[in-house]
Amino acid sequence: MAASSRTVSGSLLHGRLAAARSFAIRNMVTIMFLVISALGYKLSGMTPFLFLMDIVARISRNAFLVLALIIPVMAGMGLNFSIVLGAMAAQAVVIFVTHWGFGGLPGVLLSMVLVTPLAAVLGLLTGNLFNRAKGQEMIAGLILGFFAQGIYELIFLQLVGGIIPMDNPAIVMSSGVGVRTTIDLTNGLKYGLDWPGQYWGNDLLLRPTLPWVIIGMAAALAVGIIIYQLRTDRRRRMSTAQLVITGAALAWACWWSVQQIQSRSQINWIRVPLLTWLVIAAACAGVHFFSKTKLGQDMRTVGQDRHVAAVAGIDVDRVRIIAIILSMVMAAWGHIIFLQNIGTFSTYGSHEQVGLYSAAALLIGGATVARATIGHGILGTVLFHTLFIVAPAAGRQLFGDAQIGEYFRVFVAYGIIGVTLAMHAWKQVLQRRSAAQ
Amino acid sequence: MRVKSAFKDMDIARLIIAAFFVFLCIAAVALRLNISELISSSLTQMGMWGVLVLAMLPAIVSGTGPNFGVSLGIVCGLLGGLTALELAYRMEGVVAFPPGALFLVAILFSLPFALLVGIGYGWLLNRVKGSEMMIATYVGFSIVSIMKLAWVFLPFKNPEMAWPIGRGVRVQIALANRGLAQILNNFLAFRIGDVVVPTGLLLAVALAAFLMWLFLRSQTGMAMATAGSNPRFAEASGIVVDHQRIIGTVLSTVLGAVGILVYSQSYGFLQLYEAPMFMPFVAVAAILIGGASVKKATITHVIIGTVLFLGIQVVAVPVANAFTADWSSMGEISRKIIQNGVILYALTQAGGE
Repeated sequence: MAASSRTVSGSLLHGRLAAARSFAIRNMVTIMFLVISALGYKLSGMTPFLFLMDIVARISRNAFLVLALIIPVMAGMGLNFSIVLGAMAAQAVVIFVTHWGFGGLPGVLLSMVLVTPLAAVLGLLTGNLFNRAKGQEMIAGLILGFFAQGIYELIFLQLVGGIIPMDNPAIVMSSGVGVRTTIDLTNGLKYGLDWPGQYWGNDLLLRPTLPWVIIGMAAALAVGIIIYQLRTDRRRRMSTAQLVITGAALAWACWWSVQQIQSRSQINWIRVPLLTWLVIAAACAGVHFFSKTKLGQDMRTVGQDRHVAAVAGIDVDRVRIIAIILSMVMAAWGHIIFLQNIGTFSTYGSHEQVGLYSAAALLIGGATVARATIGHGILGTVLFHTLFIVAPAAGRQLFGDAQIGEYFRVFVAYGIIGVTLAMHAWKQVLQRRSAAQ
Repeated sequence: MRVKSAFKDMDIARLIIAAFFVFLCIAAVALRLNISELISSSLTQMGMWGVLVLAMLPAIVSGTGPNFGVSLGIVCGLLGGLTALELAYRMEGVVAFPPGALFLVAILFSLPFALLVGIGYGWLLNRVKGSEMMIATYVGFSIVSIMKLAWVFLPFKNPEMAWPIGRGVRVQIALANRGLAQILNNFLAFRIGDVVVPTGLLLAVALAAFLMWLFLRSQTGMAMATAGSNPRFAEASGIVVDHQRIIGTVLSTVLGAVGILVYSQSYGFLQLYEAPMFMPFVAVAAILIGGASVKKATITHVIIGTVLFLGIQVVAVPVANAFTADWSSMGEISRKIIQNGVILYALTQAGGE
């Protein structure tokens, strides 16, 4: 508030400085992580090749899951920690699809189709639960995740092979009851979406190399910006300075990529799972257009103030349930993408950290409990997983122990959520107090 | 009379759990399990967790809700324990601490940490009214995970605590070397038939519960309860609600610190790193099973909850095992379902904002 009033009265330069300062304050978390990630990268002593290969894989693996968190934030329900249930549903379906012997792209698509009703039902139940615990959705979601873990273990450790018949030595434990603790998806769903052609013997289908993807993305972005500039009214257009900076960044990215292609460097070995990235792009577009629909607008209204929304004739409880169903289904799909990329998973553990890591990634991208955008999700995924890649290596370089880097990154995940939650709750208390006065 | 009113608080969820416990006990008798061993280990488990469950009481009474962040207190207790062991090592040849004195020293060392941390934590909780449970959970998670780094870097020299190679303290630190293991359990312990009664342990829990009972009847205790149950009224009658909430949080943190030391001596090891992470949820679930809500709790809830929840945990495993060998993980599964089911139930009963 003080900054903006000074902008009006002060000189142009002063205004710019104040604007830069308020930008820095608003994006403090993201900027801090940019610095930490850059420092960590320097300290880790990793080659660009190793780093880029890992980050490409991790973006493909996790971005969709992070996007699943955005819709409940819109509806004012905070970070939806119950997406762990969606991940469990995904694993349940993947276990059965693997048992039935499906693989490749058809197997992944079949899993996605099969998991949808299951996740929707879980979302419906979770949404109803959240409506009975309004204001405590996040803790309820977290505890629900632990509770569901118990049910999941009951089903897959005790019932499968016994009450639920399944005789497949690759999946069921040697005792005949209970699913093995790790499931190998090799020759099954592994890379089903990432290497779609593999199933038909064409390994390189839809797997362009990284430099070409960067050039393509830069071109697409440039076209997008030009269209945006032409179609929006003058006031909301990007400023000249912004255009110059963006243009320079895109040009540099293209120049770097062309260099890599010409010098036939290692970077050309990195192949991007284009189909997965297109699916992620489709999810971004889906969330974006959903927020423009009537239902999306209702959701925003509910998110801002439930009472106002109710007075305006919106069925608040129904809108909240829909938000959770959408989030849950997206989480289930996202976890299938995760599993097909990683190729082998721990039956009783792979889903546990989904809520934690996705929430931390979203927040590091600059989101808050009350506001999250697609941009926050994507940027956060990149930054958080950069930290994930470099922290152990940096820990080994600094202290001779990778474990220390590991402890650090887990602390960061919990700490960032704790701090963001506390700041948000504090702001709410202050708002309530000023409203009361 | 008091017991009767406590049972009145027990709604359907608690009755189901109580019925389940009775069923387990009947099953245990019917299956001819070793009943005296089950009773002994139930008594020990109840004593181990008693103080930690009690730590929930001042938090709920002062209005901050069940203390999902009691891991802060737990960490302070562990820090006190490590410091005491380090002191014993550094003073070797100068003073030889008898185990009992060393246990008291551990508690004494943990108190300043718990006091300071409790004040800061209470200050934070005052700023996030309405979201205490979620914030507390993540503050707990954050502290436990940053303490993992601390356990690596703190300058402890005692070789009993250090890894033979590498840096930092061990994941588990044996207390037997200094005679601290089961020091309370064995105090005045006696047998009835084959049942071992850990008298000292139960006495310690009873003493803590009695002191808490006294405190809640003191003027400060009454003020704290008023601040918790009706903050507007309390404010109007001149009670500073925020101060009372801080007192409640400090008490809870201190009890968490003492509680983990009581727990650890019985377990025989100080458990560091990942161990404190999920302990708060057990304590929260126990007091809720006893009939407390996120807004209201009494000593009776603590006692009933501790007996029921830990009783179930002890009896469930061998009963499940007796059915078939494949049901071996049933104890852990039933714990997860009951523990988190009860917390969820209590959250929905709070009725939101």
